[in-house]
Amino acid sequence: MGDPGKTPTLPVQGNASARAPHLKDGDPAFLTTRMDALLDAARKNSLWPFPFGTACCAIEFMSFMMSHYDISRFGAEVVRFSPRQSDLLIVAGTVTDKMAPVMVRIYEQMAEPKYVISMGVCACTGGFYRAYHVVQGIDEFIPVDVYVPGCPPTPEALLQGVVKLQEMIARGETHYQRALAAARAAGR
Amino acid sequence: MGDRDERMAAIRKAFPAGSVEEVPGGDMLTLRVDRRALPELARRLKADPALDCKLLLDVCGADYPGRAERFEVVYHLASLQHPFRLRLKVPVPESDPVVPSVFGVWKAADWFEREAFDMFGIRFEGHPNLKRILCHGAFQGHALRKDYDAGQRWLLREAEQELPAWATERVEDGDHFETQVLNLGPSHPATHGTLRTVVRLDGELITRAEVEIGYLHRCFEKMAESHTWNQVIPYTDRLNYCSAMMNGVGYALAVEKMLGVEAPPRAQTIRLILSELSRIMDHIVDIGANLNDLGAMTPFLYMYEAREEIYSLLEACCGSRLTMSYVRIGGLSHDVPHDFADSVRYLLRRIPKLIGDMETLITNNRIFRDRTEGVGKLSAEEAVDWGWTGPCLRSTGVAYDVRKAYPYLGYETYDFKVPVSHGGDTYARYLVRVEEMKQSLALVEQALARLEAGPVILDDHNVALPPKAEVYTEMESLIWHFKLIMEGMKVPAGEGYGFTEAANGELGYYVVSDGGGKPYRIKVRPPCFAIFQAYPHMIEDHMVADAVAILGSLNVIAGELDR
Repeated sequence: MGDPGKTPTLPVQGNASARAPHLKDGDPAFLTTRMDALLDAARKNSLWPFPFGTACCAIEFMSFMMSHYDISRFGAEVVRFSPRQSDLLIVAGTVTDKMAPVMVRIYEQMAEPKYVISMGVCACTGGFYRAYHVVQGIDEFIPVDVYVPGCPPTPEALLQGVVKLQEMIARGETHYQRALAAARAAGR
Repeated sequence: MGDRDERMAAIRKAFPAGSVEEVPGGDMLTLRVDRRALPELARRLKADPALDCKLLLDVCGADYPGRAERFEVVYHLASLQHPFRLRLKVPVPESDPVVPSVFGVWKAADWFEREAFDMFGIRFEGHPNLKRILCHGAFQGHALRKDYDAGQRWLLREAEQELPAWATERVEDGDHFETQVLNLGPSHPATHGTLRTVVRLDGELITRAEVEIGYLHRCFEKMAESHTWNQVIPYTDRLNYCSAMMNGVGYALAVEKMLGVEAPPRAQTIRLILSELSRIMDHIVDIGANLNDLGAMTPFLYMYEAREEIYSLLEACCGSRLTMSYVRIGGLSHDVPHDFADSVRYLLRRIPKLIGDMETLITNNRIFRDRTEGVGKLSAEEAVDWGWTGPCLRSTGVAYDVRKAYPYLGYETYDFKVPVSHGGDTYARYLVRVEEMKQSLALVEQALARLEAGPVILDDHNVALPPKAEVYTEMESLIWHFKLIMEGMKVPAGEGYGFTEAANGELGYYVVSDGGGKPYRIKVRPPCFAIFQAYPHMIEDHMVADAVAILGSLNVIAGELDR
């Protein structure tokens, strides 16, 4: 921004006296935004996942954590096994009817805002287990923001799932954000 | 052998005529046993030194709705002294589905009998804790009966999650410590899978424990009954998903044995190479996760690199990293890539370095040894009684390895050792696994030198699909292709028990065919099912933190445990 020969002026309106020669080109002293957008930007770049690993996908989830694929490049490496401390539930693996109440309870224990990634076809649809003890998709029980297909998905696919979720958070498209927006519109 | 025949005849003489009868044919000595004679027969089989059936491998049910006595309970026994295996079949009528429990003879029967009860509704008289094991408490009916609809689900509400009866009892033990009940799992950082343990604590000491499993019961056996023989292979991959290749190899060998065919030499060698690499991968996850629970993150990161390297090779072979579905009955789905040998040689150079790094950090690490030595100790007799096999059994001093005792894939022609340790504790299990990884590398190296050019699948159109080029150009090949895809291969009617040494121990497949294109019944004998049933007894009188150390060293894989 600006001509390198000149003293920079800040590209922010409403601050006529701002002249800051020590600042680099284009550096704003402040910016205006909505609080929601600021929080969303912070949230999307520091997701704390809860790994609800049940089956084979949990092994690929490990690969996704380890140095080769390294989710910390995307700011989501702080894995927490307490639902109270995490805001992203990654359901990695087959969920059975016996396990479903446990999953629902963990989801309910998570503080808002919270997001859900369904990793692998078993979590998405039941996969090829069309059977008497397998949940045919976790969205029978909890809302899902991003579905990552694959049996199991490669770590790249799960990385992309996380990036997709970050984009959704930035655009306000997750289940939580839409529910919040709807509640506001209704005047609550 | 003659001695054993005599002993067998002597034992049979002790029972009324017709109550213990030999079933001719079959892959091993099979006896049809009247249920009233079962407890006495079991005791004699175990006590007789010439038969020495100390290891109860499997108990399972089977359903034959057409028969007068609808159900059958099948027992697989083995001796660790002699190369001797035995199958007992006990017919059970539907009107009175009761069989005496053999838990008093072999502790290994504990969970296997509960599973047969859960799946078929066969009651085992005298079992101390006969209740459902895999299906949840709100489940109605018995899922593996032929008249149970595979898609019929029952919903479980949270309130119905049960605690064992003793968990709510009040215990007065006289001291001033408070007794409390602690629930670990099924979603817990130290369980690595969906395992649930309920423990009663006196201070930090575990005074009673019970394990609840079935949180990953994916109905493998029911699914297998509605798929063709080859379509079962992707399901087998998801049993022990840490070493998927070995499950498929075990299954293919079991079915090939029933078909009376053998895969071509090149396929056998590739199966062996990839199986041994899978064994290394499995041990990496087990040791890494165990150390992780004990607070050592670094070795897991080091060792996981080896896993990623092996993944790359597997992906080059079949396009999939974890659940490969690479094996076919009669061989492999296709040949390995042209740089396969180079890639394996690279692994043979790379993995020893990573194992060495980990050993330097861990084997004589004071903290690790203090946490694991003497923790979770089990004697050889107890381990055999519980039905243990694999590295966990070998850590107690029993040198039983299927690869040596009943060689397959040509293991008898390779030079390798079976590592044995005598401690029986968590540290011994670690040592055995580390040594096994080195032996696996030696096996891979020898196998690679023998890898010859040739086909990787049988040229038998009753079993294997014809080459695609021929399907497009030749009428006959097209017909074979169509028949194999639409109807599946025809496996001769009968039964067989195929078993291999998987990463956790003896992985058995009891396969029943009615001559059709689909299995009539497949029962998996999962090694960690037998191992894990001893766990609640092992952790009593240990600290909670020790329970975590013990669990990690047993390598319980939920996919294999619950199927």
